[in-house]
Amino acid sequence: MTAQTLRPEEHYIEAEPYYEPVGDEIEIFEAAWRNQLPVLLKGPTGCGKTRFMEHMAWRLRRPLITVSCHDDLTASDLVGRFLVAGGETVWVDGPLARAVRCGGICYLDEIVEARKDTTVVIHPLADDRRVLPMEKRGEILRAPPEFCLAISYNPGYQSVLKDLKQSTRQRFVALEFDYPEPELERRIIEKETGLDPAMAERLVKFAHMTRNLKGSGLDEGASTRLLVQAAKLIVSGIPPVAACRAAVAEALTDDPEMLAAIHELSASLF
Amino acid sequence: MAERLAAPDPAEAPLAAEAIEARLDEHLDLVLSSRRTAAGPARELAAFSRAEQELVLRWVAVLAAAHAELAYQFASLAPRALVLMDETGVEAWARQAMDTYDRAGLYPAVAALKEVEAFAERARARAAGLALEEVAGVLERLVQGLGGRPLKVEAAEGGARPWTDTETLRLPPVLGLLPGREENFRLYKAMAVTLWAQGWFGTWRAGLAERLAGAAPAVVALYEACEALRLEACLGRLLPGVRRELAALGEALGAAPLPAPWDEAARRLAAPEASAADSLALAEAWAGRVAPPPPRPWQGEARPAEVAAVQAARIERERGELRRALAALAEEQRGPVADPIRLEAAPFRLERVEDPVLPEGFTFRLELDGQPLEPPDEVRGLMASIVQDLGEIPEEYLVPAGPGEYDAEARPPERDPRDVWKGMYHEEGACLYDEWDHRRGHYRKRWCVLRELDVHPVRDGFVERTLRRHRGLVASLRRTFEVLRGEDRLLRRQPEGEEVDIDALVEAHADAATGREMTDRLFMRKRREERSIAVMFMVDMSGSTKGWINDAEREALVLLCEALEALGDRYAIYGFSGMTRKRCELFRIKRFDEPYSEEVRARISGIRPQDYTRMGVAIRHLARMLREVEARTKLLITLSDGKPDDFDGYRGAYGIEDTRMALIEAKREGIHPFCITIDREAREYLPHMYGAVNYVIVDDVRRLPFKVSDIYRRLTS
Repeated sequence: MTAQTLRPEEHYIEAEPYYEPVGDEIEIFEAAWRNQLPVLLKGPTGCGKTRFMEHMAWRLRRPLITVSCHDDLTASDLVGRFLVAGGETVWVDGPLARAVRCGGICYLDEIVEARKDTTVVIHPLADDRRVLPMEKRGEILRAPPEFCLAISYNPGYQSVLKDLKQSTRQRFVALEFDYPEPELERRIIEKETGLDPAMAERLVKFAHMTRNLKGSGLDEGASTRLLVQAAKLIVSGIPPVAACRAAVAEALTDDPEMLAAIHELSASLF
Repeated sequence: MAERLAAPDPAEAPLAAEAIEARLDEHLDLVLSSRRTAAGPARELAAFSRAEQELVLRWVAVLAAAHAELAYQFASLAPRALVLMDETGVEAWARQAMDTYDRAGLYPAVAALKEVEAFAERARARAAGLALEEVAGVLERLVQGLGGRPLKVEAAEGGARPWTDTETLRLPPVLGLLPGREENFRLYKAMAVTLWAQGWFGTWRAGLAERLAGAAPAVVALYEACEALRLEACLGRLLPGVRRELAALGEALGAAPLPAPWDEAARRLAAPEASAADSLALAEAWAGRVAPPPPRPWQGEARPAEVAAVQAARIERERGELRRALAALAEEQRGPVADPIRLEAAPFRLERVEDPVLPEGFTFRLELDGQPLEPPDEVRGLMASIVQDLGEIPEEYLVPAGPGEYDAEARPPERDPRDVWKGMYHEEGACLYDEWDHRRGHYRKRWCVLRELDVHPVRDGFVERTLRRHRGLVASLRRTFEVLRGEDRLLRRQPEGEEVDIDALVEAHADAATGREMTDRLFMRKRREERSIAVMFMVDMSGSTKGWINDAEREALVLLCEALEALGDRYAIYGFSGMTRKRCELFRIKRFDEPYSEEVRARISGIRPQDYTRMGVAIRHLARMLREVEARTKLLITLSDGKPDDFDGYRGAYGIEDTRMALIEAKREGIHPFCITIDREAREYLPHMYGAVNYVIVDDVRRLPFKVSDIYRRLTS
């Protein structure tokens, strides 16, 4: 068993990633891409934003370069920097510059986590200029028409610090994501894991119960991603109640009362 | 705990009746007369050990501080209590009486004392079984997770079966019916879930409660039995785990099989299409002919009158709430409507959509002007609650409230906060906080009523004058504080970074040329030292600050704001004062999310001395606000001129201990408290309250404005 090394700009997604459209998001994204408009995905964690991006990259046949933003992400982490190699300095492109060069899709996940000054470097790329200034090299990189910038953002964290600046957000075409309707969510679980429909339906019910608790002790209810994980455990023979505890309850909270309540909910359902 | 008596040597001889009587007289003087003396209780107490006697005498002193009558009743009942319970039990009993006194007054407290037998019984059951308060939190979340209207869980009155008024689930305070805690929890869960099912599966829907409230008791009892059977079947279909648990519980508690003709009824009511109406029809048909079967141990009691009252009030309230919410929604969607007539043309419509999660099998989608609309969570909750009561949402609910109705229904009547003190109303719109009573070693529950008020802004040129007067100081403050501001710092010789560190590279090459090892620390990295500080200033606005202390405080705040603006730390300023526990007040001067505006400056000018200094409750409230702010370092800085002091006994050791406890609670939340005071005697009590290093005494009031900013700088750098 060997791991594969791939250059991100050559990483095309070969097989169709499974994605169930909820509305007209695929059409809107395609239209935005054709018109060279950047896209903002909003929605709670684990509702399918990243999967949607993979699906779109496959559909548009562009390489997808994903950057998970964190609070120490600097502008040169995105654009690139000089490195020393054998007594000489060598310029190395950052992921954003690579995506621009190869006309790929650059997906900045959880953009609000990045430092405020970092978000500003994407501004010239995100309006009609579509250029990436590379100050250190004294160059400007013009994006080809295939290039697409997408960012994601979770409006659920209602924190002053983690809000997207108006100057940033008003450059994007925004797509809102939410957890799918029960019927659709059930189908997603079935397709992703092969769980039988009756059990998948119970899992969806369970997810709704945890979502009922949002705001009274839970910050978020169980996401579709968590349900899929729980379903995978169940398919491998773990009893449903234990699977819900390990894959959902413990992942959602550390509060012992809340854990007990969620555990009782799953024990009641299965 | 300085006032508490040292524990007596248990070997010490018991006190004689006369000695006890003399000590009781000290505290009970007010309620004793020639016909009512302490001789009786004293005689009885003489038979107990010295340790037990001291325990009773200590609590007599504590209770007498609240009310002498309460202490007298305690002394009279204590001998009985000592027989029934151990010392911890007696203390819990006294404490409960004290809490009842705090909450409800003398008569209920005396009544609570007199229930000593029942209390002892409960204490025993609690030791063996499970108390509701231990599991109420879990049960509340459990039923909320199940869905529908949020339900509270509270203790039912003594001996009652579980029941619900559709907003609160009333469960027995203690369960000891089964041998283990786990089994008793199962029983609690069974009760909570079956009561929840009454709301979810429509036991009281659409006028049923009202109809049954007027029915004969026999019909109600039969309806309860029928519904219990129907709901159990519904629950079994929805929650198979609950069905298994109920079966196991029935077995453990030895539930008998249903007698005829109930077995046949159970089959009929278990059908998926059976409804509450079927239960009612059966109950009415069987009234006077068939007796209800013995209730299951978890079966909820039907109390239609209570339900009808709660339901009627809720239906009325929610109708208004929904119409107002829709009006707000319409305005949000379409912009303000100049012509209210247009709004009344019912632009909202409901579309039924399937939803397998709900018992009705459908939910409503809201449409505005023919466009589907995603309602906010509150509106969705309201709609669900209305459907739970009525089974539908009537057309008239969808007419957005007009502006006139808005005024009439939404705005609560104007109230003077001072009315709390007059006893006209109590807790509405206010926050309630516990207060620490060091004598009892216990919190007084929901003791202080705190309100946030606005400082009336005054535009009298005070701020401008202050800034002019201290022009030089302001400039130097700005300079000093700007230096502290988080700047990008260049870190050299890093293994990774944005840029190559040429110096390091040259050196590394020199090293390599001479055969030494070449370092890999060749880069420079910019690092921002971010100040992640949130600071809350709590300013004493008590009457004692009148005059130049008040001026000095206001000047200090003006200079401080200048400094903090230069620094960029997040800060808030609140003033505190009040009179008695019923009227604790916090005055908003600047909130965290508010810029330092002209309005804030006018509020600083408007700070005026008010009444007393009840510090504990103010600290608790501000700490709660601080908790919601995201920052690495959180500071709570108090500007004060003296000891905690309030009109109703909040002084001396009591006030200091409560303040100390509030500060300990804050520290537990990761908040650093600090006190700046001008009280020269503060050295006697501040170290005890804030800790040895967390305070500064400013000897000269006139120096306060200069000092505060300086102290803040030292504190945060």
